[in-house]
Amino acid sequence: MAIIVYAESQNGKFKKSAFEAVSYGRALANESNKNLVVISINADDPNELANYGPDKVLSVKDSSMNDYTAQVYADTISELSKKEGVSILVLSSSADSKYMSPLLAVQLGAGLASNVVSTPISISPLVVKRSCFTNKAFNYTTLKGSINIICVSNNSYGIHEKDSRPEVVDVKISKNNPKIKVESLDKATGSVSIADADIVISGGRGLKGPENWHLIEDLASTLGAATACSKPVSDMGWRPHSEHVGQTGKPVASNLYIAIGVSGAIQHLAGINASKVKVVINNDPEAPFFKAADYGIVADAFDVVPKLIEKLKAFKSHQ
Amino acid sequence: MNILVCISNVPDTTSKINFVENDKIFDTNGVQFIINPNDEFGLTRAIWFQQKNQATVTVVTVGDISCEPILRKCLAIGANKAVRIDSKALDGFSVAEQLKSLCEKESFDIIICGRESIDYNGGMVPGMLAQMLEMPFVTNCISMDVNGNEVIAKREIDGGVETLSCSLPIVIGAQKGLVEESDLIIPNMRGIMQARQKPLDVVAPANSFSKSSVDKFEKPPAKGSVKLVDPDNIDELISLLHNEAKVI
Repeated sequence: MAIIVYAESQNGKFKKSAFEAVSYGRALANESNKNLVVISINADDPNELANYGPDKVLSVKDSSMNDYTAQVYADTISELSKKEGVSILVLSSSADSKYMSPLLAVQLGAGLASNVVSTPISISPLVVKRSCFTNKAFNYTTLKGSINIICVSNNSYGIHEKDSRPEVVDVKISKNNPKIKVESLDKATGSVSIADADIVISGGRGLKGPENWHLIEDLASTLGAATACSKPVSDMGWRPHSEHVGQTGKPVASNLYIAIGVSGAIQHLAGINASKVKVVINNDPEAPFFKAADYGIVADAFDVVPKLIEKLKAFKSHQ
Repeated sequence: MNILVCISNVPDTTSKINFVENDKIFDTNGVQFIINPNDEFGLTRAIWFQQKNQATVTVVTVGDISCEPILRKCLAIGANKAVRIDSKALDGFSVAEQLKSLCEKESFDIIICGRESIDYNGGMVPGMLAQMLEMPFVTNCISMDVNGNEVIAKREIDGGVETLSCSLPIVIGAQKGLVEESDLIIPNMRGIMQARQKPLDVVAPANSFSKSSVDKFEKPPAKGSVKLVDPDNIDELISLLHNEAKVI
């Protein structure tokens, strides 16, 4: 029996969440006294995984899998997992992994828990803690399959380095026949996506209009952060829907979340609650966001943000 | 064209979340239930197909009689008929099994679920149902156009948008963007009156079992109070973020 981790990569490079998933898998393997087998698909250098403790790496390199299609990836991962005698399969909580996890669950006849925020409370029975009610609560879920799948929340367990000398095996996959074809991929280049970002800068109605968004963008580029916005801002068309974070938008689980001119409606706070450190800048001291934040500045964003950018640039240049 | 929209009965987005009976049960006291927002975006797109392509729209939920008000609301919005599968929603897997048995009895061209419910946030049902029925599946779906038997759909990915093509039948995980917030239909008096006459069938559940169970809930620890920084002393904020929070 083995703990299997799928280590997600993009354009040949492992994502940060892949190293987190492998670290999590290592902890599970230690606790349950099993081998850790990691699957990599079209990653340039599968040996990079050795820093995080796998016993074995299965490396698939196949040009027919250059486009991500959930069905083909799920078919491949379930086939390899079965061969390795999977007991628990670990995935990240990226959009792609969440897309294929229910397909894998049916193929493997497995129990499934997404948004898992810590290592299991117990291994037998398998009990995990996961976030629910859009981060307003947690639940303890018992997984009852003979095989189970855990999707680890981003930034919840962290990356733990552990040197290992895994056996790296090149594997061939059976021919696949996708039901869905990827026609095109439109990806913003150069900017950081909300899902992968360590820092997210978010703007609300307090910025008064889309023409003032350079404040958010300048601050974000100073910190290497992703940009986001509140629901009213996306509803009014100031910013694209893809930037809307909150209960009906994207969830955020960054290390640092800076909200500027966002009042902090309950639905917004729910969506960003998983972020570790929250900073609010708002000229209304009664804004509900101050109750949810770690640090706050009561001031006009138009005064304080340019100063903040300037000071941060100076701080960065001294590091 | 025959469309099925799967509906989840969830607490309103502004609800205070509390638990009772040793944190084992969600406290429904004073909570208003609504159509899961992601499902409502999907339903609205289905009604668009009904008006453009004469599609028949069926809504279904798995749950007890307390779920019927939201099914009536779906009918008032414009769905042609409603089905309630009379079973407790045990977990994502068992709900998908219940829906599968309905989909095997009737044939649907498009099956729409919300990408996830806002209470359990599992995101399991649409993908599981697609895999059980061996149909193509697009989740985080922000656009879907149908031409004859061909579907062009867009999926929101981390940092971009992907355009996909496939053939009917298909399972969709809907979210905001599939229709805009301003497209959502508020039932009018005529819709509400008509909804009373439309069929709401209650069917017995298929045999199914669950693969997971929720044992207990927990609320996040209470937040310490915010540290306010003087707007004339931005250096202090930078120092706090660097030395105390260690995030920059």
